[in-house]
Amino acid sequence: MDYGYGLIGIFILFGIVFVIFTIFFAGLLRPQRPNKTKLENYECGEAPMGGAWIQYNVGFYIYALIFVIFDVEVVFLFPWAVAFKQLGLFALIEMLIFIAILIAGLAYAWKKGALTWES
Amino acid sequence: MTLTLIIIQIIKVIAIFVGLLTAIAYTTLFERRMVAFIQGRVGPNRVGPAGLFQPIADAIKLLFKEEFIPDKANKVLFSIAPLLSFTTAAMAIAVIPVGDSITIGGYQIDLVISDLNVGILYIFALSSLAVYGIVLAGWSSNSKYSLLGGLRSSAQMISYEIGLGLSVVGVLMLSGTFSIAEIVRQQSGSILNWYFFKQPIAFFLFFVSAIAESNRIPFDLPEAESELVGGYNTEYAGMRFGLFYLAEYCNMITISALAASLFFGGWSGPFLPPIIWFLIKVVIFLFVFVWVRGTLPRFRYDQLMRFGWLAIIPLTLVNILITGLVMVLKG
Repeated sequence: MDYGYGLIGIFILFGIVFVIFTIFFAGLLRPQRPNKTKLENYECGEAPMGGAWIQYNVGFYIYALIFVIFDVEVVFLFPWAVAFKQLGLFALIEMLIFIAILIAGLAYAWKKGALTWES
Repeated sequence: MTLTLIIIQIIKVIAIFVGLLTAIAYTTLFERRMVAFIQGRVGPNRVGPAGLFQPIADAIKLLFKEEFIPDKANKVLFSIAPLLSFTTAAMAIAVIPVGDSITIGGYQIDLVISDLNVGILYIFALSSLAVYGIVLAGWSSNSKYSLLGGLRSSAQMISYEIGLGLSVVGVLMLSGTFSIAEIVRQQSGSILNWYFFKQPIAFFLFFVSAIAESNRIPFDLPEAESELVGGYNTEYAGMRFGLFYLAEYCNMITISALAASLFFGGWSGPFLPPIIWFLIKVVIFLFVFVWVRGTLPRFRYDQLMRFGWLAIIPLTLVNILITGLVMVLKG
């Protein structure tokens, strides 16, 4: 399987070339008559009020933070799961302690209201 | 590696890519006909016999549509987003085996682009990257609807990604490998070897997370058309919009193929050729996707996040614990 990643590389190349080709091809075929109104952002037919690059709800950042922690947990769990047959009870207890700490964190975040949208 | 083998491998890559595009095109038609059937309508049936040329007509229409980049948008990111979205969606299929290995002219050919020994990790890596396409599309448009759609989508996709990852851990514990072809091989022989029967909870959690991960109804908050117009792709038109559309259906196909491979024995089955069994299983999952779309209303956003964090993730952890205990007790 030494050339396996090479084949995936070729496949990815196909995907990229397909996208670029379709957009290029469509560019040759489609009409191109832009005007000022067309190039405005859509806002239900009204003239748009202000931009959209604004501060948004801090709740999204908190989700991102918790996500990073749990994603690392998943990354730890994957190799553990694959090797679990050889490791047995001791590994299960170890992983239980690890997950318990994370669950405590999740419970804390829940209690603090980080996972609800009550603001 | 001889020249013949290289040619065979490249033909295989082309065949799978073309097959994937065809499958995406006909999944769109399948969904429209099925939703129509559920809603008591006829659906698209005019273009060609029974509407079979409809996807071609759609593609031609999208190619001829005028598209423009809004003046206030970030033009570079606006152009890259559809590329990211489609490529990451399409590439995930590369590690899913569509059939058992066959022998052509003395060469043994696996019916998979590449059976990586880290196949499942590869799929999750790509599904993480898929978030970028949607977030960049939402942010770069500089439109309020797009931004809201992009933000919702990012929070939703990263939340359910954890559920998706944790739900397959049970299968990984039983199989002891990341290679999808190997997992499929372990399930062949008898229907009772399917991991669905050993990990039923994991399967349901996997499927719910998967529907959320691919932004489908009832978790289609990012593009909730009644409140956000089109969500992250509001400002897109023509072929760029088409690429987002393709990406969504491609995700459905990948998830269906993954569910069939991990829990329902992939290509294994009696009498019929393996590839037919694989297609049958994938189509059944696609039908479930459409069925869910046709029957369920949309979640509210806070319900969606609470469901993800306080139901799916704890349940997956409990499932891992039970699996571990049973495996230890059985020795």
